[in-house]
Amino acid sequence: MTPEEQNFMRKIEAEEKIEPKDWMPEAYRKNLIRQISQHAHSEVIGMQPEGNWITRAPSLRRKAVLLSKVQDEAGHGLYLYSAAETLGISRSEMIEQLQTGKAKYSSIFNYPTLTWADVAAIGWLVDGAAIVNQVSLQRTSYGPYSRGMIRICKEESFHQRQGYEAMLALAKGSPEQKAMAQDALNRFYWPALMMFGPHDSESAHSQKSMEWKIKRETNDDLRQKFIDQTVKQIEVLGLEHPDQNLKWNEERGHYDSSDLNWDEFWSVINGNGHCNRQRIEHHVAAHEEGEWVRDAIAAYNEKKRAKQAQNAA
Amino acid sequence: MTKPTEKLELFEVFVRSKRGLDHKHVGSLHAEDHEQALEYARDCYTRRSEGVSLWVVKSSDIVASQEDDADCFYDPNDDKPYRHATYYVLPEPVNNM
Ligand SMILES: [Fe+2]
Ligand SMILES: [Fe+2]
Ligand SMILES: [Fe+2]
Repeated sequence: MTPEEQNFMRKIEAEEKIEPKDWMPEAYRKNLIRQISQHAHSEVIGMQPEGNWITRAPSLRRKAVLLSKVQDEAGHGLYLYSAAETLGISRSEMIEQLQTGKAKYSSIFNYPTLTWADVAAIGWLVDGAAIVNQVSLQRTSYGPYSRGMIRICKEESFHQRQGYEAMLALAKGSPEQKAMAQDALNRFYWPALMMFGPHDSESAHSQKSMEWKIKRETNDDLRQKFIDQTVKQIEVLGLEHPDQNLKWNEERGHYDSSDLNWDEFWSVINGNGHCNRQRIEHHVAAHEEGEWVRDAIAAYNEKKRAKQAQNAA
Repeated sequence: MTKPTEKLELFEVFVRSKRGLDHKHVGSLHAEDHEQALEYARDCYTRRSEGVSLWVVKSSDIVASQEDDADCFYDPNDDKPYRHATYYVLPEPVNNM
């Protein structure tokens, strides 16, 4: 190991953060750029399935809440793009990677939101799973990423609670509403579990990421945490648990559960989910339709500069 | 010919007390340029190992909101209590989510 590498590893082992101007191995930088940009893309693409329901929210209150939540997600995308930029990649490169499919985002957002209950289920389960992951990432070794996670976690709690509250209203509502809630739970439970990624043994980046403390807990451990915490929440809703094989394991102190449909997981990741094409097309269209705003900013700045130059002359 | 101190540029100083934490504003000082500001900041603000990293920023480069206008500046956010987690009352067994 070179002295630089030694110093880097010393910091990692001592639980010190790595900051943008510190020396770091090229692979650490690359790994972080991949993970943080993927995380940022997920926040941004994640606005689409929920945004789909803003105009059709069942009450003004629910509409205001959903609007606020989606607005937060845009903010989360911004925090994360900024954190990735400290590693030397530009915003436009990242957007390009997203739009050409070179960069991934969380597969969960390739599932459609068919009913209002889906929006409730997303807040409760999808943000709930994201929180489990993000709480763990508050301890990640890269300073800007860690600070971004701390900020995001503070904001996420409202996302999950509003979702659960909306779910509770449906679950305690008319038989039709309750059926709608159950259906949303059945469809979103499994993809939410897949958000934690493949089994650790199948995860290409896991080992190095753990060694460098980019990730602090394994995919399977985080998934287990989520499975365990969700059981009581489903019970309080009075809904049926989607996993028939769920069983408390006294010895492990955890719930045992069914294995996931990994074929579906890989198929959605590789572009064959319900909405993969639609999500990216929408992102590209929004980006292109926003061109005139960026042009207007540039034109305005140009005009201001010219005016200043004239005044100075 | 030396400039009187107050004619020198004013810099704001930010200290990171520990790796991983945010830089925090600690005060300001006058200096000729950025390099000098950094050295002064070290001597003024970190004499007792208060920090592991220092930022100096020209005060004139800081654009600040006006506290007198805070009422209307933040007004759009004041009537949105639903942005807070505590706004949602959930049944006791799941209230710690
Ligand atoms: Fe999210
Ligand atoms: Fe988020
Ligand atoms: Fe969220």
